[in-house]
Amino acid sequence: MRIGVPREGGSTERRVAATPDTVQRMRALGFEVGIEAGAGIRAGYPDSAYEQAGALLVEDARRGADILIAVEPPEPGALEGLREGALLISLLWPQQHPELVQQIAARGLSAIALDRIPRISRAQKMDVLSSMANIAGYRAVIEAAHRLPRFFGGQITAAGKTPPARVLIIGAGVAGLAAIGAARGLGAEVYAFDTRAAVKEQVESMGGRFLELVFEEEGEGSGGYARVMSEAFIAAEMALFLEQAPRTDIVITTALIPGKPAPLLWTREHVEAMPPGSVVVDMAAAQGGNCELTSPGEAIEHQGVTILGYADLTSRLSGHASQFFARNVTHLLEELGGAESFELDLDNEVIRGALVVCRGEVLPPPPPPEPSPAPPRAETPPAPPVLARPPRASGHTVGPLPGTAVAGIGAVAAIALVAIGQLAPPELIQHLTVFVLAVFIGWQVVWNVTAALHTPLMSVTNAISGIILVGGALQAGAGALEPGAILGLVAILFASINVFGGFLVTQRMLQMFRR
Amino acid sequence: MANLLTVAYLAAAALFILSLGGLSNQETARRGNLYGMIGMGLAIVATLLDPRISGAGYGLVAGAVILGGAIGAGLAARVAMTSMPELVALLHSFVGLSAVLVGISTALHPGEVLSGAEKIVHDVEIFLDVGIGAITLTGSVVAWAKLSGRLSGAPLLLPGRHLINLLVAGGSVALVVPFSMDLDPGGLVWLLGMTGLAGLLGVHLVAAIGGADMPVVVSLLNSYSGWTAAAAGFMLGNDLLIVTGALVGSSGAILSYIMCRAMNRSIWNVVFGGFGTDAGGGAPAQGDQPTGEIVAIELDEAAALLARSKRVILVPGYGMAVAQAQHAVQDFTTLLRGRGVEVRFGIHPVAGRLPGHMNVLLAEAGVPYDIVLEMDEINDDLPDTDVCLVIGANDIVNPSAQTDQSSPIYGMPVLEAWEAATCIVLKRSMRAGYAGVGNPLFLHPHTRMLFGDARDTMSELVARLKQP
Repeated sequence: MRIGVPREGGSTERRVAATPDTVQRMRALGFEVGIEAGAGIRAGYPDSAYEQAGALLVEDARRGADILIAVEPPEPGALEGLREGALLISLLWPQQHPELVQQIAARGLSAIALDRIPRISRAQKMDVLSSMANIAGYRAVIEAAHRLPRFFGGQITAAGKTPPARVLIIGAGVAGLAAIGAARGLGAEVYAFDTRAAVKEQVESMGGRFLELVFEEEGEGSGGYARVMSEAFIAAEMALFLEQAPRTDIVITTALIPGKPAPLLWTREHVEAMPPGSVVVDMAAAQGGNCELTSPGEAIEHQGVTILGYADLTSRLSGHASQFFARNVTHLLEELGGAESFELDLDNEVIRGALVVCRGEVLPPPPPPEPSPAPPRAETPPAPPVLARPPRASGHTVGPLPGTAVAGIGAVAAIALVAIGQLAPPELIQHLTVFVLAVFIGWQVVWNVTAALHTPLMSVTNAISGIILVGGALQAGAGALEPGAILGLVAILFASINVFGGFLVTQRMLQMFRR
Repeated sequence: MANLLTVAYLAAAALFILSLGGLSNQETARRGNLYGMIGMGLAIVATLLDPRISGAGYGLVAGAVILGGAIGAGLAARVAMTSMPELVALLHSFVGLSAVLVGISTALHPGEVLSGAEKIVHDVEIFLDVGIGAITLTGSVVAWAKLSGRLSGAPLLLPGRHLINLLVAGGSVALVVPFSMDLDPGGLVWLLGMTGLAGLLGVHLVAAIGGADMPVVVSLLNSYSGWTAAAAGFMLGNDLLIVTGALVGSSGAILSYIMCRAMNRSIWNVVFGGFGTDAGGGAPAQGDQPTGEIVAIELDEAAALLARSKRVILVPGYGMAVAQAQHAVQDFTTLLRGRGVEVRFGIHPVAGRLPGHMNVLLAEAGVPYDIVLEMDEINDDLPDTDVCLVIGANDIVNPSAQTDQSSPIYGMPVLEAWEAATCIVLKRSMRAGYAGVGNPLFLHPHTRMLFGDARDTMSELVARLKQP
């Protein structure tokens, strides 16, 4: 099967859907790869690297391709040249582009929308939205730092001192968390807000401080995304932001609600309350923006505050963004069965979720994924199962033996002692005394042995149980070579292997333990 | 003279107790071993002063001790630390053998002629000594063969094996009656018959125990070897033997108990064998198949991840011992620590085939013991760990022990490797561990699999970490 990789259309798009590394991987999966000349150049991958990896340089990636992989949704007309039945894999945003979906269907193609990969654990490795959000979050901080006329980290120098920058991140999804990490890394003081109280732990794990709103409403919808909040909640949220704005140097907004325009969170009033020179990065610019003043795709200034509405943040980090994107796509191709057992398996949850058009037929959106587990969720979305600890099954309390066993042993011992006292010869009783006391001493002493020394303990006890050689000596000692004495001598022989072997091996082991 | 002997035995017994006490921590352990040697020397010298030894006897005893000592010293110097379990099992069998021989020898030379209750008691003592000795002997030989791979580690499960054990044990006990009736050479037949039966019992008991339970079996045999020495003490009326045997016996019993607790299993469950068979042997239990996907990681990526971590915990298992990877692990540890990474080891009590096996291997390679921690000391730190590197361990890091009630290892305390931000598992293949159960850890979203031989993989990681 042939995979085509086109040069991306738009003037701002620098990413590419395949890297030399993934070309090799796709070839290992049995695919043939044709890539348009110059496709990777803006992401730092020259044509020669692709050729070296085994790709064919082609004029038009669509011609002869069974699968076309791209980053952005195809431009109108770009579908010409694809053969009927071919599969398109790219970001599609089918809800925003219904006419594109119709076009794809009309041409008898199939299409997988990478933005529709379900957010389940298994599909994480194909989830381009997560991997791109991570990059965008980082880049948002870098762009803001570039515009900010101030330091991120505080400085104390001979020329004076500066406080650390205060960064407010609104929306602690993947992008928000990445932004927290990047801003922290530059030394800023980072605050984050999210309608989902459960992400507090994640914010704190990245080193941010979570701003809390005292309000009884839980903002988590299905698949770990936020949902629309009530008016009263929004009012309280606005008040909190207004209180923060005068102290904030950088605001990064990342709030998106699936299928809806981005919620308005940072109004003109908020912008005007910020100190001059501050920066707002609106990561939701492409979906209408979280900031009232955002001009999508542009940097504007309003009363000294810069508002960045870049929609191409990931593209500004095109090298690694392409690498992640291409790797996600390769994992998807693996999920599709590689070239040999390639199949659009509608029973596969991941493929069904992302498949928008199947051989000319528009598929209805799949049922939403299972509702996410009730808060508080312990892990980053999508959350792995939270493992519960069963109670330790052992009844171990203070002593080494459980109480019932002690009682049972006690009873048996009492009966046995009475019987022995009545019947046994005095010599036996004397030996028994020694024996029982020795067992108790051994019991007490051995419990103190540290676990790391259990093997040396075993070899030392092994050596001292060679004391049986005393028994052999007593049997063989008369000097006459009759059967009993010979058996005794053999016993001495083996017992002394034990004595010497045990002690020496213990010594060898103990010499190895060092601090 | 007799008093001097008693005092010498008393001193030897005290030294043995100090010896075990010295092992309570690493600082005093070497001194403890020295006490043991002095105690043993004292005991041997004192025994030679016993009036029952005389003339040519000195030469014979000394010859046997020197020959045996030379063999023992040779074994101790040559053994590789990875084959400690086999050596320990073999040495147990020698104690058993000696006890059997001393017992039969005693039966041949009753010494003073006894009668009535005293005779019965003495005969029972002989029986105990020889019986426990024979079980220790054959059981240890089978354990040795299993540990050294001469026998398969799979449990041998005869139909009605509990009944067989019961009959053989009952038969051995019953033979004391005809043995005690008359003690001319005719009585010896009964004793030898019992020895044979007890030997069979030892073989059968250990053959029925699976490879994963070997730490328990070896410590149990350690315990038996003590009890047999104590029985010999009763038989010969020698208090030193009784004290020493009791010390060793209780030490082995405690170790077995600790091992069983670490696996959340009752001692009877282990002794009577058949672990893992309830769940259908090698096949994981049906129905609750762990779901998810195996994600592999490559060496470069793993090395980079480790190098930029702050906290790393290594969890070694039997696979590390098999691959002899401990030296590579030590190099790896030194390099990472040199880069300022906090590296520690988490040791599960039953990792390996002997209690404390991992500690010995790591010590051999020169890993400082203060970064080698026990499971309970380190489990709470795993959530704050960047990378948990699992080296050839399987069942001891299996989350089903906490979550899956149908799992045969449910309830066994495990190292919570999945709590780390990333868990890298070094493994030769996707085969199940000794318990024969699937491991959802490998499918956990935090887990990355690094396939290959543990030693090769560790060496490759070392080579990558050496690059600037």
